[in-house]
Amino acid sequence: MSDTFQLQCPMPTFDFDAINLGHGSGGILSQRLLNSGVFDVLKNDMLNERHDGAVFELPGKLAFSTDSYVVSPIIFPGGNIGDLAVNGTVNDLAMCGAKAKYLSLSFILEEGLPMTTFWQILSSIKMACDAAGVQVVTGDTKVVERGKGDQIFINTSGIGQVHAKAALGWSSIVPGDVILINAPIAAHGIAIMSLRSGLEFETSITSDTCALHHTVLQLLDEYGDALHFLRDATRGGLASVLNEIAKDGSQGIELLQKNIPVDEQVSGACEMLGLDPLYVANEGVFVLLAKADAAANILRSMQSNGWPQAAIVGKVVAEHAGQVIMQSSIGGRRVVNMLPGEQLPRIC
Amino acid sequence: MKYLSEYRDPELVDHLLKEIHAIVTRDWTIMEVCGGQTHSLVKNGILNMLPDKVHMVHGPGCPVCVTPQSLIDKAVYLADEAAVILCSYGDMLRVPGTKKSLLEAKAGGADVRILYSPLEAVNIAKDNPDKEVVFFAVGFETTAPANALSVIHAQKAGINNYSILTSHVLVPPAIEAIVNDPGNVVQGFLAAGHVCTIMGMQEYVPIVEKYKLPIVVTGFEPVDLLQGIYMLLLQLENGEYKLENQYSRVVSEEGNPAAQQTIAEVFEVSDREWRGIATIPKSGYELKADYSRFDANVKFQIPDLQSMKDNGCIAGEILRGKKKPFECPQFGKQCTPLNPLGAPMVSSEGACAAYYHFSNIAVV
Repeated sequence: MSDTFQLQCPMPTFDFDAINLGHGSGGILSQRLLNSGVFDVLKNDMLNERHDGAVFELPGKLAFSTDSYVVSPIIFPGGNIGDLAVNGTVNDLAMCGAKAKYLSLSFILEEGLPMTTFWQILSSIKMACDAAGVQVVTGDTKVVERGKGDQIFINTSGIGQVHAKAALGWSSIVPGDVILINAPIAAHGIAIMSLRSGLEFETSITSDTCALHHTVLQLLDEYGDALHFLRDATRGGLASVLNEIAKDGSQGIELLQKNIPVDEQVSGACEMLGLDPLYVANEGVFVLLAKADAAANILRSMQSNGWPQAAIVGKVVAEHAGQVIMQSSIGGRRVVNMLPGEQLPRIC
Repeated sequence: MKYLSEYRDPELVDHLLKEIHAIVTRDWTIMEVCGGQTHSLVKNGILNMLPDKVHMVHGPGCPVCVTPQSLIDKAVYLADEAAVILCSYGDMLRVPGTKKSLLEAKAGGADVRILYSPLEAVNIAKDNPDKEVVFFAVGFETTAPANALSVIHAQKAGINNYSILTSHVLVPPAIEAIVNDPGNVVQGFLAAGHVCTIMGMQEYVPIVEKYKLPIVVTGFEPVDLLQGIYMLLLQLENGEYKLENQYSRVVSEEGNPAAQQTIAEVFEVSDREWRGIATIPKSGYELKADYSRFDANVKFQIPDLQSMKDNGCIAGEILRGKKKPFECPQFGKQCTPLNPLGAPMVSSEGACAAYYHFSNIAVV
């Protein structure tokens, strides 16, 4: 997709092939980078004001969220740090039942970052914003010395309007709630890992990064307060989200391993690397806790609206409060715990 | 997934469980030797599906767990004090040393790298000619061929800034040590399938004969494990003792001769200290004299690091199957994966980690 954009909008000529400290000085180089780069690509009325901040009015209940993006490598199969930074914050707002409206965008660039890479990331940001229907209305660019960063860090914050029917939150969760997920798990983490130094392996697995709010808003339109809780299963994967849910309340969670969709290639890579897909990061998977009698219809809606592999993977129960217990594919039962640290590859 | 999903088939599992329940008439204690098998048993919930009369005890086949603390301390010393690039399998990083773990050394600025293959470490040595690169060569017979190959590669390529810190251990002497222990309760063994893939089965024949104990070479998937348990129980119930091979799709009688030759070229059998157990005669590998220049112990003047041996961890009893993790007074209290007292709590093959992560045991 970013190729298409580049064809329509070729990279402008910059004075340097790579970012240098001058691009963060606030002087002429900064202005040129912003004028020919950022402003031109992301242009909108509010950004064009070039003020210290954006001034706007928004009616109704609002949601506000922020996230920083430090992924390495910065370009990976299926995306890059740019679309990740847009989708991530859009999704955090979506999990609050909100449609993202405006974003802030802050770059921390490392001296030496190739201009072509910066342009590629900027193009992806533009594409992701357009796809999500969100605007970047304020931002910042800083440059740090070589060795003081990891090419590029991005922070985005977002404001969104909460759907009128949304009644999402910890207090809405009750025993009997059904747990659904929209897509197969673990693709993003494995796509990233396939490029990490020492682990390089050939695969066609791509990151699942995407904006989820279209789906969430549609479900809220259709099912309103039957949706009890939403959370995107990013860092720590599905297992960590479910543990947070279980540990926060006075309920337990029952999980059915055989229902959890995992792409065959992803599953194979996890076997090879000694990783449990339940703990591998996602960027396009959300966990939905819904009222039991609406679950079947919600599942059908998801499956017929772009998520063919959406699945019911478990339920909230009054028993074993604080614990996630999974029925294994062969019928055994075991606890699914919180990960104590990073998953480390095993010896053999 | 071909060759995997078949061995996780719920119907086959159900069938094997029924067979197992049907033949058991009395209490039996079985040890699965390999930590990978322990994890599969716990992770798939198999332990709770077996008859009450079948007692599974967990063996010493977790290479991280049996690596002595003194060696962890040496690895930390090399990374911290000798400023080498210390390469290791990921599993070793959280294991506590006397002062710190390799993960803590890494956080403190030491160049500690997680690798999947020792050959990668040789490449790192090639790319960093001004640095010494040490690979922490841990493992059973399974990882020995690759570690040996890395030394052969380095020698052929004239790479002199590469060495290995060896902590190789062998399964058959460990089985004998368990059987010879006065308090031994194990009546039959599921031998570790992947070790036998390399070494074959012949090493186990004398053990079966001498101790009149059945051994079944077994794989790691649910169907493998249940079939192995069934084969072992059948022998026990019939009063037989034989060496059998459940994992025949991978393990052959003679093993992998090429891998064995590679091991024999570089390593020789030596006495080896097993963490928490003892020094077991002829239970490990060390580099032959011809390759001593690739031995980190020889290359670096590592001082006596005063390794602490007793911190309340009962890994020795866990690894010999004498105690279950939850019988340890520290389990889940002073000892957790975040604050481990011993390796079995942090290794992905450690019995304590398996119980902590997957069992329905309330921990504090």
